[in-house]
Amino acid sequence: MFGYILRRLAVAIPTLLLLIIFSFLLMHAAPGGPFTGERSLPPQVLANLEAKYGLDDPLLVQLWNYLKSVVLHFDFGPSFVYPDLTVNKLIADGFPITMTYGFLAFALAAVVGIALGSAAAIRHNTWLDYLAVGTAIGAQVLPNFVMAPILVLIFTLWFKWLPGGGWSFSDPSFWVMPVVALGTSYMASVARITRSSMLEVLSSNHIRTARAKGMPESRVILRHALKPALLPVISYLGPVFVSMITGSVVIDIYFSTGGIGRAFVDSALNRDYAVMMGVTILVGALTILFNLIVDILYAWIDPKIRY
Amino acid sequence: MALLEIRDLNVRFATNDGEVKAVNGINLDVEPGDSLGIVGESGSGKSQLSFALMGLLAKNGRASGSVKFDGQEILNAAPKVLNKIRAEKIAMIFQDPMTSLNPYMRVADQMAEVLTLHKGMSKRDAVAESVRMLDAVKIPDAQGRIRLYPHEFSGGMRQRVMIAMALLCRPQLLIADEPTTALDVTVQAQIMQLLAELQREFGMAMILITHDLGVIAGSAERVAVMYGGRIRESAPVGPIFADPTHPYTQGLLATIPRVDQEGDELSAIPGSPPNMNHPPAGCAFEPRCPYRLARCAGEDPVLDLFDADRARACFATVADVRARRETVILSADEPAAAEAVEEAPEGDLPVEIIAGAGMAGTDSEVKQ
Amino acid sequence: MVIEQAKMQSLASRMVEHEVKGRSPWADARKRFVRNKAAMAGLVILILVALFALFGAHFAAWSNEELDYNVMGQVRELGMPSIASGHYFGTDDLGRDVYARTVQGTGISLMVGIVGAAIAVIVGTLYGATAGYVGGRTDQIMMRTVDILMSIPYMFVLILLLVIFGRSIGMLFLGIGLISWLDMSRIVRGQTLTLKNREYIEAARATGVPSWKIVLRHIVPNLLGVVAVYATLLVPLMILTESFISFLGLGVQEPLTSWGALISEGAGTMNYGTLWQLAFPLFFFCITLFGFFFVGDGLRDALDPKDR
Repeated sequence: MFGYILRRLAVAIPTLLLLIIFSFLLMHAAPGGPFTGERSLPPQVLANLEAKYGLDDPLLVQLWNYLKSVVLHFDFGPSFVYPDLTVNKLIADGFPITMTYGFLAFALAAVVGIALGSAAAIRHNTWLDYLAVGTAIGAQVLPNFVMAPILVLIFTLWFKWLPGGGWSFSDPSFWVMPVVALGTSYMASVARITRSSMLEVLSSNHIRTARAKGMPESRVILRHALKPALLPVISYLGPVFVSMITGSVVIDIYFSTGGIGRAFVDSALNRDYAVMMGVTILVGALTILFNLIVDILYAWIDPKIRY
Repeated sequence: MALLEIRDLNVRFATNDGEVKAVNGINLDVEPGDSLGIVGESGSGKSQLSFALMGLLAKNGRASGSVKFDGQEILNAAPKVLNKIRAEKIAMIFQDPMTSLNPYMRVADQMAEVLTLHKGMSKRDAVAESVRMLDAVKIPDAQGRIRLYPHEFSGGMRQRVMIAMALLCRPQLLIADEPTTALDVTVQAQIMQLLAELQREFGMAMILITHDLGVIAGSAERVAVMYGGRIRESAPVGPIFADPTHPYTQGLLATIPRVDQEGDELSAIPGSPPNMNHPPAGCAFEPRCPYRLARCAGEDPVLDLFDADRARACFATVADVRARRETVILSADEPAAAEAVEEAPEGDLPVEIIAGAGMAGTDSEVKQ
Repeated sequence: MVIEQAKMQSLASRMVEHEVKGRSPWADARKRFVRNKAAMAGLVILILVALFALFGAHFAAWSNEELDYNVMGQVRELGMPSIASGHYFGTDDLGRDVYARTVQGTGISLMVGIVGAAIAVIVGTLYGATAGYVGGRTDQIMMRTVDILMSIPYMFVLILLLVIFGRSIGMLFLGIGLISWLDMSRIVRGQTLTLKNREYIEAARATGVPSWKIVLRHIVPNLLGVVAVYATLLVPLMILTESFISFLGLGVQEPLTSWGALISEGAGTMNYGTLWQLAFPLFFFCITLFGFFFVGDGLRDALDPKDR
């Protein structure tokens, strides 16, 4: 197992390096530098600015310096637009917020989705099944950017129960709508996947054997059916986590929650390449990390995977 | 009193294409220590019969009638009652040992849970007992291999594990559903021999379900031949082979290739088994029967005792069948069968009997 | 909001099975599809939405760029949906006709979805078929590349691309299409590997047919079932992606519009009481997604029938 993890890491690390190099080169392939915006600067100012950020060095030197500071010091450098801010500071401000509602939404999607999907499969073709399938199909067309306004309409404008935006770590009423808006459609997907895989497992031969052994139904499901039924769900959960972070862009904009999504979109609109790159690399690292966790979980559950 | 009494057992499946009458009006008795063979091709209802006994039918299946085990009604019994009987009194082994064992659990855990659940043993004792049972089914190095997962065993060894698991609680009745179909021919013989030995040793009754007459010949005392969800002939094993009195049994025996007889053609029963979605009004075997009479198409014969322990369901007289006085000549490409082939592609009996071993071998490999 | 890979795998193996047995999977599938009420309803919805996008503009009383100065400033009172004023779906906060804009947005969203899905399917199929067919080291390298690309946070890279190379609709097509071919290529590769060793392919190879021709003539057509289902399910995902980007204001730019942009505008103005501005685009967005999901699922269930 340990060797397997090492081997996976051996793939993950070069992937991350490639991502850093790729986004770096992409930035520099952009027509015009970061300072050729709406306001045109005098040539001397421009040259000074470029010298300050090291943009007048040869490309490879710049890349090397960037890689060195990112990999060795986790330092993404200063923002190109707000000279007083570092990328690290922007990330440090937004990241805890994004992670809080992101993890809660992830938990909502995983826990409720798996419970709903399993219940539907176990009570196949009963009202519970129809209800779960109906909910899952309905929620499928309610992505975060649709859920967000609908939730605000209902809970803020009509009932005035929940604050329509902002963030506070101490007041969970600020968390509810971001979490629900972000998690709902993925909950639906998880429920659908769990249901169909559980149905398949429940009709498999080894479940029949377990029943023939006189196992009570609860044990049949928990001990024999759940593990294999969760395999497809687990491989879906990696992408779900990534989608949570991606979705944070919409959440941060719509609810003004102040996560890294806001920093990313702002920097995209301002062409603040340093921030964009920092966030992209961070999210890339998280993506790789989560895929790694999913792979390890998968290998741990399925004994047929050789590692 | 018989150990197992099956009375008028019917199994129905609700499907999109209507009701499937898989098993119809079965009556059977199994005495303690007895061994009963049930023969029939795929789709004859023999496996569904055994699932019905154990309450293992698929969700869309319904069983009716009566099944008494040791005087206790077990058909459609409450889960609590059934779970007390399963494994403890009646154990079952299945056709495909790869998929029938849980691929995600170690053999030790799968076996031990039977004992911890039914006998209240500690995990440690249960594993120790499981190792003893694996020894009994002649798995070499049982102590070491019990920690492995099913996919780390070969096909024959997996079936041995399956058998060992079934015998853990020393059941009074073992139902073996095509126990050797998925195995290589050489392994088949070993498994059948093992089953026969264990049956003697444990003194249990056995119901052996198979499409392979060769398997039956070596292991069963009594035989029931099923076709179209009904028993067509039932008799001790000797007379079934030496003196078949039902046209279908006769046809089945004729398909067995024999070394001691000249002739370069393998015979096959023309046509194919009935589509149980739309069962025929009369005898299900009528379209393929060389002895058919006018009444066969409209009336289903009942199973009648015609000798002390021999019964048959056929309108043709015993004398006619014995003397092979056929009433019609059937060609292999009977037009009536064409439609049925499409409906039940796997049910082509002759091919399966001849090529059963090879097919099953490839099948089990694919599933790995 | 996801294409279930397990079901796609099951479909893929079913198609190969049909191929091996020499049966056409399509004949029975059509019967099953027609009998599937949800799928047929989805198909009807999609046809209606397509007609709306194509011919809806003929029935509009206002163009999508015209501003109705009468309602400006009093959108809440005067801009509501009415047949009399010609604003069937009402007006937006600037006095533009929501009906005309919805027609335009529907057309653009559908186009982005379909073109994006087409790009993804074509690239994925060719890539996967090539990797599977060539095999060996090439296959290893190609699939390793896919593994690596899988761990890239797409939405971020797509936004990066849009920012760097400008927010053109062409870039949007390309970006959306190019990020979605990876799963497709994996399935196609698997199926190609199983098809590759069939006799008729070996016969073609033995008679000297060039490799690319074998891939194009013999392998790709056999992938049709998987591709059709995948494409149908991919379109709504593409529409979702486009809407997501446009919702952020990074996608389709004015004067063009799309569902995402319209939903974003509607969401921004809904506390002024002009709910119709959100409701109508959202309605079309939702029913179209439903339509595609139902048709795609129905197609898959028709080709690979199973109780689930």
